[in-house]
Amino acid sequence: MNTETIVCKQIKKSFQAGDKTIEVLHSIDLIAHEKEMIMLMGPSGSGKTTLISIIGGLLNADSGECTVLGENINQLPEEVKTTFRGMNVGFLFQHLMLIPTLTALENAVIPLLCLGKNRKESLEKAAHFLEKVGLGDKLQKKPSQLSGGEQQRVALVRSFVHGPKIILCDEPTSFLDLERGKKIMDILKDAEETNATIIVVTHDPRILDYADRIVRIEDGMIVHGS
Amino acid sequence: MYTIALKMLTEDKAKFIGMILSLSFSTIIIIQQMATFMGTMRRTYSTISDTPQAEIWVMNPSVKMIDDINPIRSIDLWRVRSIEGVQWAMPFYLGKIRAKLLNGQFQLCNLYGIDSATFVGAPHTMIEGRVEDLRKPFSIIVNQIGAEEMLAQDMGPDKPKRPLSVGDTLELNDRRATVVGICEVTRTFLSQPVIYTTFERAQYYSPFERKQLSFIMAHAADGVSAKEVCKRIDSITHLKAYTKEEFENKTVFYYLTKTGLPINFGIAVLLGILIGVAITGQIFFNFTSDNLQYYSLFNAMGASHFTLAKITLLQGVWVAFLGWGIGAGLASFLGFATRNTQLAFYMPWALFLGSGILIFTTCVVFSLISINRIFKIQLGTMFK
Repeated sequence: MNTETIVCKQIKKSFQAGDKTIEVLHSIDLIAHEKEMIMLMGPSGSGKTTLISIIGGLLNADSGECTVLGENINQLPEEVKTTFRGMNVGFLFQHLMLIPTLTALENAVIPLLCLGKNRKESLEKAAHFLEKVGLGDKLQKKPSQLSGGEQQRVALVRSFVHGPKIILCDEPTSFLDLERGKKIMDILKDAEETNATIIVVTHDPRILDYADRIVRIEDGMIVHGS
Repeated sequence: MYTIALKMLTEDKAKFIGMILSLSFSTIIIIQQMATFMGTMRRTYSTISDTPQAEIWVMNPSVKMIDDINPIRSIDLWRVRSIEGVQWAMPFYLGKIRAKLLNGQFQLCNLYGIDSATFVGAPHTMIEGRVEDLRKPFSIIVNQIGAEEMLAQDMGPDKPKRPLSVGDTLELNDRRATVVGICEVTRTFLSQPVIYTTFERAQYYSPFERKQLSFIMAHAADGVSAKEVCKRIDSITHLKAYTKEEFENKTVFYYLTKTGLPINFGIAVLLGILIGVAITGQIFFNFTSDNLQYYSLFNAMGASHFTLAKITLLQGVWVAFLGWGIGAGLASFLGFATRNTQLAFYMPWALFLGSGILIFTTCVVFSLISINRIFKIQLGTMFK
């Protein structure tokens, strides 16, 4: 078995909705390893997104311990956590969040620039990855000039261009047809080969074959695959 | 990162142009209103500023400003000349007089009487004729604006007016006056024509008064400051002496405190500033709000709050620089294009500096407000 990269123990999280407190995660335990792709499945509102937000350091758990690459991410000071996140975590958001005024290349290079890397080298690196995913001729195109699948690939490159150890994806194939969805998953699978741990939140049964493990969450509890 | 930030700003062309235009517009309003106000104030003391030879102005202590004339005795000229530190002192007549035009109409004019021997106080720029021609009988010099506008001769219906020119005659208080020169001086506050003649002839033209010495213009001797000479004149003659700058300021102060000008203009200037600042702030604030999700993206991807603050400030400063630059350029062009018209437009460098500080401060303040919002971003909502 490969090294453990994510160790979540007894994670609890609740949100305030008016006077009500809604408990979203009930004592979640999850362990993930290097070179592992986990598919996180479950009905809407079951806590999948909240869980990856905690793992990614975007959200703090109310209690429990979430250790990512040996660091208890909830305990890190905000600025340290930001740097840690920038260096070690890649994000692929469901709504992509490509900046419409920037080109594909500029969108893809953002994580490197956020880390203060050399601009020229960063652009070369991002261009290399975009070429690898078949967008070599679309580097200077803006998101509005790209198809849905191409936009997805730009966002995907942005999630791993800086070589993160953890990649968190939210519904990466939900808006794509089977062929394009498979292409995206192939790229992700390649990224996994670089020792990354990939957690994919999905409702899409077409891509389950790519998973090393499937974890099912219902009502804030892992019911299968922890 | 900063290139990306600037691209985010400039590539959204509609918003970017909107921001730049609003800032330019604000800058133009601020500079135009202030320049007009300052230009108008400057005209209130044009008589003083057009007489650069006079370092010191001596007058009746009751005088409140240049047009508030309360003549002093002729002998006071000799008393001033006798004071140690006064290099020279010359008489100056300043009054209003009605000029009768060829068509029988009257026009109120400013009449300046200067020393006939030295011509101290004479106009510094002659367009036609020579100052020395004032030695000819009944001679006067008229300012260009007066000659071309209010003193121009009516040539009949549908025909353009003929400007007053050298050789033409006027009637001043029923006495003949011949134009021997046309000069260029600053337009007066009321835009009335300015007529120069000798001190003696000015007394001849003007209605009789027991005392006719309006002011004494003086100059300090080498090695003595004008201020020191003013003090000596005050204490020895019991007249009031001001340096040129003091008298200009006293005149402006009078208009600022005794007329409604500052309130009326001030409201326009204040509104200009407020509208400009509000438009700028609103647009910049909207821009940041629209990009809030992308700032959170940067933060999620490792950009610290400090980096985000620098990005926002850079965007604010860049917008301010371009907007202010274009606005200041257009305002300057406006000032240049209207330099010889009735518009009072005075743009000292301090006005550019002041408007620049105001625009930059506005953008920086709104950047800081935006930064505060960026710092409060909830990253937990990013996957939603």
